[in-house]
Amino acid sequence: MSTADQDWGDEAPERLYVITRGRGGPAGRTAFDLVTLIVSRSEPTPTMPPEHAAILRICGSPLSVAEISAYLRLPVSAVTVLLADLLDEERIEARASVPAALLPDRALLEAVMHGLQRL
Amino acid sequence: MDFRGSETVLGPASADLLPDSAAAAVKVVVVGGFGVGKTTLVGSVSEIRPLTTEETMTEAGADVDDIAGVERKSSTTVAMDFGRISISEELVLYLFGTPGQERFWFLWNGLFEGALGAVVLVDTRRLEISFDVIGRLEDRGVPFVVAANVFPESPTYAQEELRLALDLPVDVPIVACDARVRESGRDVLLALMHYLYDLAGPSPVR
Repeated sequence: MSTADQDWGDEAPERLYVITRGRGGPAGRTAFDLVTLIVSRSEPTPTMPPEHAAILRICGSPLSVAEISAYLRLPVSAVTVLLADLLDEERIEARASVPAALLPDRALLEAVMHGLQRL
Repeated sequence: MDFRGSETVLGPASADLLPDSAAAAVKVVVVGGFGVGKTTLVGSVSEIRPLTTEETMTEAGADVDDIAGVERKSSTTVAMDFGRISISEELVLYLFGTPGQERFWFLWNGLFEGALGAVVLVDTRRLEISFDVIGRLEDRGVPFVVAANVFPESPTYAQEELRLALDLPVDVPIVACDARVRESGRDVLLALMHYLYDLAGPSPVR
C-alpha cells in the first residue's frame, strides 16, 4: 500500500520494523518453532537493545518461543528475528522441538500418556 | 496491564518456571469454531494461566475474499491462546487453541508442522461450523480426534449419529467432554494420544 501511515491499525507496525531492523516477517523460514525452548546463556548488557535484554532476563529458566512472544507482547515472527540475533551471538541456547520426522514415535507417545495420567 | 515498554516486561511467575532439565517440547493444536470452548479447554488442563500470543496478518498473507469488507486496514492482529503441561522433568506439552478458519492457521508458521496431532472441539448445537475444519485437517494429513463439548442445553447425540453428521472416518475417535473440567480435558488429550499410538503401527520401535 502506498498510502501507508494512515492505513495501519492501532498496533504501529513501525515499531516492529525498528526492533527487528527491517528483517524477517511471517514468510521467512526460521529455525524456531513455537515450542522451541529458549534458555539464556548470558546476562543482558547495558548497550543491548531493550527487547534483546528482556528476552535474556525472562529466559533464566527454559521458555518456549510462544511464551516469550506472550510475555513480550510481540508477534512470534518478530520474536524469532530477535532470537536469531541472540543465537548468533551465542547468548541463548535453543532446545529444538521434537522433529516432525520422528513422529509419531510410540516411546514419545507413551511418555506423554504417562504424564497426562498424572494430571 | 497493557504495558509495552520492555523495561516493564514481566516474565513468568516463579511458580510457572520450567526446570532447567526441560529439554524438548511437543505441541497439540485445539481447533474449533468461535465460542466453542477452545480457551476453556486449554485453561482447564494447563498448569499455567493461559497466555496469548499474537501474530500480524498482512494483506500478503490473507485471502482477499476474507478481508474484502475490512477497509483501509492493511494489517490485522490475530490472537491465539495456549497453555502448558509438564509431562516429565524433560518433556513439555504445549496446547494451542486456534480459530477454525484456515486463514488464521497459516499465520502461525509451522503451527501444525511437527504437532503431534489436533483436537477438533465441536459444539453439537452448531455442528456445521466444524465441517470445514475437519476437511482441512484431513487435507493436510493432521491426525485428530473430535471432542464434543457438552453444553447444558446441548442435544445428546449417539456417537454414531455424530460420526455420520460430521462424515468422519470410522477410525477417528469421538469423545464427549466438559471443557471446564480438567479430568475431562485430560481424557480428550489421552484419547488423541491413544489414537496416535495406534496410528504409529503395531511394530514396536524397540
